Amino acid sequence: MIGDGASVPDGEVEGLDESDFLELYRQLVLLRTYDERSVVYHRQGRIGTYAIFWGHEAIQVGATFALDRGDWIFPSYRESAIGLLRGMPPATILSWWRGHPVGWWNPLDYNLASICVPIATQVPHAAGLAWGTKLRGEPTVALTFFGDGATSEGAFHEGANFAGVMRAPLVLLCSNNQWAISTPLSAQTAAPTLADKAIGYGMPGVRVDGGDVLAVWEATRDAVARARAGDGPTFVEAVTYRVAPHATADDPSAYIDAERVEEEKERECLRRFEGYLRRLGLLDDETAERVKTEALEAMREGIAAAEAEPPADPELVFAHAYADPPPTLRDGWLGG
Amino acid sequence: MDGSVAELTLVEAVNDCLHTELARDDSVLVMGEDVGRAGGVFRATAGLLDRFGSDRCIDTPLAEAGILGTAVGLCMAGWRPVCEMQYDAFSYPCLDQLINHVGRYRWRTRGAMEFPITLRMPYGGGVRAPELHDDSPETYYVHTPGVKVAIPSTPADAKGLLAAAIRDPDPVVVLEPKLVYRTARGEVPEGDHVVPLGTMRVVHEGSDLTIVAYGAMVPVAESAADGLGASVEVLDVRTLKPLDEDTLLASVAKTGRVVIVQEAPRVAGFGAELAAVIAEKAILDLRGPVLRVTGFDVPYPYWQIEDAYMPSVERVVAAGRRLLDEF
Repeated sequence: MIGDGASVPDGEVEGLDESDFLELYRQLVLLRTYDERSVVYHRQGRIGTYAIFWGHEAIQVGATFALDRGDWIFPSYRESAIGLLRGMPPATILSWWRGHPVGWWNPLDYNLASICVPIATQVPHAAGLAWGTKLRGEPTVALTFFGDGATSEGAFHEGANFAGVMRAPLVLLCSNNQWAISTPLSAQTAAPTLADKAIGYGMPGVRVDGGDVLAVWEATRDAVARARAGDGPTFVEAVTYRVAPHATADDPSAYIDAERVEEEKERECLRRFEGYLRRLGLLDDETAERVKTEALEAMREGIAAAEAEPPADPELVFAHAYADPPPTLRDGWLGG
Repeated sequence: MDGSVAELTLVEAVNDCLHTELARDDSVLVMGEDVGRAGGVFRATAGLLDRFGSDRCIDTPLAEAGILGTAVGLCMAGWRPVCEMQYDAFSYPCLDQLINHVGRYRWRTRGAMEFPITLRMPYGGGVRAPELHDDSPETYYVHTPGVKVAIPSTPADAKGLLAAAIRDPDPVVVLEPKLVYRTARGEVPEGDHVVPLGTMRVVHEGSDLTIVAYGAMVPVAESAADGLGASVEVLDVRTLKPLDEDTLLASVAKTGRVVIVQEAPRVAGFGAELAAVIAEKAILDLRGPVLRVTGFDVPYPYWQIEDAYMPSVERVVAAGRRLLDEF
């Protein structure tokens, strides 16, 4: 829906007002700032290896904005900071990337599952949650994020198939950034599009511009409405391009075309939405500056709070693995 | 509950337990391949669909990782899923979910959420079945942090351990010895019957030799004990994790001689863990080496020669004889 105002005209969007537009902008800026600062913190040795999501913000913000607060989100590691959109403090997520226990949140506090590090294994969890709440007669919808590479995994297939069979109120949101570390989409699938896979699960598959926050929102809103109406799951393929390394430990110069990356960067999602708002007269320099300053301040406070956490108690090694631990759990332990 | 008992086979006791637990707690549901309309390929889930409906006895797609993976989400929605894997070796696709999520999710939430999943399946050989219907996969499960493992050998324990598993706040894998599904017959308390996890059963007491076994190897151990002409203590492990070390070590202290019987392949099997516990905590009580009678480090064989693989009474007697004669 967002064009460039010149060669590609802007489209129409119904169902959002000016305050929604500004909130979407604030959320995009918050995620962008989180991501850019995290790369810096990593270089400064203040967080560990970090999975970059620069350029994916429109997918994460647009999809989450289409959910009710009571709906569940099952993220992959690419959506590690999605909790920010539900009021999670930046310090919590930074602590996760610092390997500190306080970074592991209570999913019930945010209706947000833990970060899923293995690929696609969260898809059946989301299908189960959606199916389970439906069995209870609750109106909850679940949404799970995963990447293009995840669609090659068995767990994606089994989760999507379960959701289809159980008519689970689930949105399968594929962030297709066209790379799985160094493996391009063409080496991942012979399907013409990833959305085509939906037909095999008896669900609709839609494809949207993942750089257009409003398009992602609208597609997800429709999928959520279907789910809530009892019509089952939807596969949404949000297409973008990974213009950053997979993670801080990755050097894409070995496998990616730098010129293509620069072209794609020109189309990145935050700049597009900001241009759209300015053309509509909804955003001025002062507001943009304020939003960015607030996001930077939140990150400054977040990293300070994360670094102020006392060192984790080594006793926590034994905490939480079992509600009722085996009596021999501490055999061999000499103390912290 | 009222003290009355029924004479049941082991698989009937499993079925009785599922009926009892679904009636007792309406958050318990049973899911798996062919568990509903068919009542399970061994009839372990017979009658549940008619009695509790298709929301609580669910015929799933043929997808073991999907069964256990969706069970994680079902827990998050407040259910207590009892997942059936149709056969031992068919459970391997679910190990990804078990290792990466089921055993870790409570820890991941720092104890805020519980994942009271029960994963039950028939296991073991000796039934003249096609390939991959014969495995003893307990080591994979026991080795997974966050997961408990129980293996009954009697109908009463099949009911009681499964009930304990379903009521346990942690994920529990229950392996049911299919070889004795219908040949193990005995009295089973009606209604509520729970055998707490973490207690061995002293099958019979003795003072010369301890034979430790579980599942379908318990009757093998009992027959061997009868054939040794000595005072033999037979222990039924019942719960591999948490392990009842007290009962094990007390027996070792009494007899000083130990034979461990395990149907699974020898290398790094659960018998090795038992032997290590004895070595670490009771080596001075031993009169001789701890001996293992096990399957071999080979694929479970063609069924015409499977008896050569399975630990036999003769092999257990030979091991016991050696300890009694030499030490």
